Amino acid sequence: MSAILIIEQILNGLQFGVMLFLMAAGLTLIFGVMGLINLAHGSLYMVGAFAAAAVAGWTGSFLLGLAAALAAAALAGAIIEMVVIRRLYSAAHLDQVLATFALILIFSEGTRWVFGSFPLFLDIPEALSGPVTLPGGIQYPLYRLALIAIGLAVAVGLWALIERTRIGIQIRAGENDREMIGALGVDISKLYTLVFALGAGLAGLSGALVGAIQSVQVGMGEPVLILAFVVIVIGGIGSIRGAFVGALLVGLTDTLGGVFLPELFAVFMETSAAQKSGSALASMSIYILMGLVLIWRPTGLFGARI
Amino acid sequence: MRIEERFVNATVLVGLLGVPLWALMIEEPFTITLATRAVILALAAVGLNVILGVGGLVSFGHAIFFGIGGYAMGILAFHAQTYSELDLGLFSTSGTNSMPVIWLVAMGFSAFSAFLIGLLTLRTSGVYFIMITLAFGQMFYYFAISWPSYGGEDGLSIYVRNDFPGLNTLVPFQFFALCFVILCVVLFIYARLQASPFGLALNSARQSRARAETVGLDPMRIRLLAFVISGAITGLAGALFADLNRFVSPTMFSWQLSGELIVLIIIGGVGRLMGPVIGACLFVALEHFLGGFTEFWHVFLGLILLAIVLFARGGVIGLLTGKEGAHV
Repeated sequence: MSAILIIEQILNGLQFGVMLFLMAAGLTLIFGVMGLINLAHGSLYMVGAFAAAAVAGWTGSFLLGLAAALAAAALAGAIIEMVVIRRLYSAAHLDQVLATFALILIFSEGTRWVFGSFPLFLDIPEALSGPVTLPGGIQYPLYRLALIAIGLAVAVGLWALIERTRIGIQIRAGENDREMIGALGVDISKLYTLVFALGAGLAGLSGALVGAIQSVQVGMGEPVLILAFVVIVIGGIGSIRGAFVGALLVGLTDTLGGVFLPELFAVFMETSAAQKSGSALASMSIYILMGLVLIWRPTGLFGARI
Repeated sequence: MRIEERFVNATVLVGLLGVPLWALMIEEPFTITLATRAVILALAAVGLNVILGVGGLVSFGHAIFFGIGGYAMGILAFHAQTYSELDLGLFSTSGTNSMPVIWLVAMGFSAFSAFLIGLLTLRTSGVYFIMITLAFGQMFYYFAISWPSYGGEDGLSIYVRNDFPGLNTLVPFQFFALCFVILCVVLFIYARLQASPFGLALNSARQSRARAETVGLDPMRIRLLAFVISGAITGLAGALFADLNRFVSPTMFSWQLSGELIVLIIIGGVGRLMGPVIGACLFVALEHFLGGFTEFWHVFLGLILLAIVLFARGGVIGLLTGKEGAHV
């Protein structure tokens, strides 16, 4: 096991983590401000990926595809917020779960209807394809490095938006006391639509970015959605900082666990048995991480104390 | 129009028995299989209804117990089928084809894992509980996929349905009758449980945790017991479901299945005795008829669900009896 392999895997984990952050940030923002649990967030991820694949296919431009992903997901988010989600803010969590579960069914089957069951492919843009040589002689795909950079840039941008702008003040105020900011003259329903569209846009963006290294297909959103849940449970629901830390923890645990647990087991087991139990344990590692965090802090690392 | 809930309940049970009887007369075995599917899904949802309807905790991971029940059947029957030993360290067994034994094992393992999962997840409630149960469900799903000994992603096929003393379970109607009787027994237990001091305590912990604690109840212990009972019932349903299909695969652990179990309860009516049964019958009927009409029937299922959430709180029973269901 060489240092190069370890660094490569750490970079892979970071890349996975920042993409999870894009998903988890929207989820946790929507929960923090509106108190809504949105299962359909994975569908918005899928909408972004399909929009990017379709537009990039027509125009040949990856950048146009990304713009389309952001726009399509944000638009879809704004529409479902105004048509369905708006009626659920005061409803019980069970109703929210059911309605957004229904939205998943509609989005998934609707997409299958339009695009068919076969996966689409989104090519990595020419300028970002191929490996780069990092200091220390490590060859690493440029596109994945770009993903890490984009993810970090979005994290910084989100922090600036929430901490440094007027809208950010309204969002934070909305988390604390929604009646009060309504009384102060902020149009709450517009603010809610905006926050929902923002979260949706982030999900769509990550769907498009990840879609270029995996295939774009129906049902791609839900595994990511559930990982994003794990992230915000670990980080604490409603906390963007928690989502960031949680996303990196989950990304690194999952990636490093998948590579190193089988090797670790091979130290004291025969190879085939180590491969079996190592990979089985690795598939469970992030959930074990979540369990440990829950035992330690039931409301997550950065969650409000009860 | 208001109809007595008791009358609705009786009609449903009679209908559920009547349809396969009718199918038996006109020799339509496929309809009997559909009815069996409805009965087994209803049983799984009755289990979920204990913790969701009475306890007010939205478990989005009940496919865990459904899957454990399924794999209990799959693994035991696999060893009996291949005449191989199942080595458990302390003792080894050569599997079994006997349904009662399989059911006991399925319920035992489901109850035990419900106990462990409950210890962790019941420390939380509300949205946290929903997300964490969902995540644990995913953990079992990926474990089932990555564990190659019992088929991994491909699942396990069992060639002959397991035995029940005195019955030929391969005859569709006999297997249906067996499942139907089990459903009735479990419904009876559910009704007794709901009216028992334990059920009332569980209900009060849902309505107001603080008040329940003030009168000396321990919500954690009550909920844990409810979760274990709930898991055991769903596990039993899983074993029957595996026997119906003579096949188990990791999809029995999938989050979609957990979601569908919740859907069944909501269609029928949350916390109602027969809510899950009505939900399961409607679900299987929709799946069959809409599924025959269009490949994309899930779109319509989604629209129906949205309509129920937005306009018909209380589900079908709520509509018929004019009462909203328990508030979760």
